[in-house]
Amino acid sequence: MIISVASGKGGTGKTLVATSLALSLKDTCRVQLLDCDVEEPNDHLFLRPVITDREAVCIPVPKVDYTKCTFCGECARVCAYKAIAVVPGSVLVFDQLCHGCGACSYLCPEGAISEEGREMGVVESGHADVIKFVQGRLTVGEAMPTPVIRTVKARIDHTATAILDVSPGTSCPVVEAVRDTDYCLLVTEPTPFGLHDLKLAVETVRQLGIPCGVIINRAVPGENLVQNYCAREKIPVLLEIPLDREIARLYSIGKTLAEGMPEWQASFKDVYNRITGAMHERSRCAQR
Amino acid sequence: MKEVVVLSGKGGTGKTSIAGCFAALARNKVLADCDVDAADLHLLLQPKYRRNEEFWSGQSAYIDDKTCTGCGLCEELCRFNAIRNLKVDPTSCEGCGFCYRICPVEAITMRDNLAGHWFISDTRYGPLVHARLGIAQENSGKLVALVRQQARKLAEEADYTAIITDGPPGIGCPVISSLSGADLALLVTEPTLSGIHDLERVIGVCRHFKVPASVCINKYDINEEKASEIKQYCANNGIKVEGEIPFDTSVNQAVTRGVPLVEHNDGPASRAIKQLWDNMKVLFSTN
Repeated sequence: MIISVASGKGGTGKTLVATSLALSLKDTCRVQLLDCDVEEPNDHLFLRPVITDREAVCIPVPKVDYTKCTFCGECARVCAYKAIAVVPGSVLVFDQLCHGCGACSYLCPEGAISEEGREMGVVESGHADVIKFVQGRLTVGEAMPTPVIRTVKARIDHTATAILDVSPGTSCPVVEAVRDTDYCLLVTEPTPFGLHDLKLAVETVRQLGIPCGVIINRAVPGENLVQNYCAREKIPVLLEIPLDREIARLYSIGKTLAEGMPEWQASFKDVYNRITGAMHERSRCAQR
Repeated sequence: MKEVVVLSGKGGTGKTSIAGCFAALARNKVLADCDVDAADLHLLLQPKYRRNEEFWSGQSAYIDDKTCTGCGLCEELCRFNAIRNLKVDPTSCEGCGFCYRICPVEAITMRDNLAGHWFISDTRYGPLVHARLGIAQENSGKLVALVRQQARKLAEEADYTAIITDGPPGIGCPVISSLSGADLALLVTEPTLSGIHDLERVIGVCRHFKVPASVCINKYDINEEKASEIKQYCANNGIKVEGEIPFDTSVNQAVTRGVPLVEHNDGPASRAIKQLWDNMKVLFSTN
């Protein structure tokens, strides 16, 4: 099963939830943690994994063979991203704009365009104790995280419980990471910012057809903003983590909740059981 | 006219709360919310919408079932796995148009995407340019560029002297789009291991795009040891720490009331943000 951990608003506790969930489950099932927040990957700070493998993430960008090129300009015409410009005697390729779709090389009438990989990030794999670990890292200055996310996801171990830590927001990197996961955990906080962005995140996962549940972090007694919304929308609230200085302190030194306060492991196992329960229910309904 | 953009790398460090306070403290400015896929600044500024425009950007492929012969060439050539069983998944389609060009029976058309909306609003603190990217849409960088362009236009037309921009988290395309060409980036961090890690990466982006950066440490007293690590790191890298804001529960109260903290009370965090703005406006030579 693949569980994604997303949020809408940043800094609500995705990393705390993803790492604690992984640590709480490691003795009961095979667990893999994949950090898909490739712009700012943080899970490694908490799990301190041993990295055993590094793979460069490259996107294929066009390379022009000037012995064949006639400067007809077809490549520039077919490029939807304006990544190629043809001027007399030269073809200018703007690597940073290229999405690597391959249209220019395929459609060049002279067969003058080949592709070469341009490195824009790295995917690292290893393990933290028995937890299998994968993370992507976008190179600083690069704009497009999605190819790195795709490469991370290609390493999902389908025989394990895979937990994906997702970047904040609702745009393409979030969609890329959450797509094709079985369940999405949405982590929020009980503030108007948290609620506003949670609603956007719910719309996103619904559009992708993925069931979701909510974890409320920094919960304050009597502040029922998020609960009321979830009740209206029939979204289960799977866990509440209180606003607590000690939890914040543990986080600040890179200690997961499951490690610093082991009594929380039972709560995370319970979250997992409720997810698997919901998934069984869903597949039973689907079979009927 | 000067433009300051508030960024952080890590999400949830307090960008919007701080930008909201700057909105209340700065004079003669235009406000811009460049966090277009999870915009929150409007929750503090209570805007009255003056203009609402559609943002059309990019294209998606559509396959006409009646013309399609099911040859599968499009599916084979699409690098984004956006075509499965001869159906286009619009959330995967990157709009490259490769399939449209190679379809032997011309069964594929490209249609423009309504990728979001952008707004110009009036607030008690001055005009606000903001936007909402459509759910699961691409091109957030282009929408950010549009928001900034509109903010600049407004500022030039009405002789505003400053633009204050609330930026998105991360280091990717919307961040680059918020940052490039700005006069100053204020990087809001927190004294945690992840805060420091993410700060280093966003400093890298500022360097790459040659935008001067200053740092503000929010909730510095949650871990003073980590806070002094950040100060050391900044000192070693020639970056000024312009403010240190203490942990203060009234920050959340202000958000709940929907007002900038500096208008909510004069508590410890509120005073620290006022001090931060005083330091900033010198750099920024406005007011």
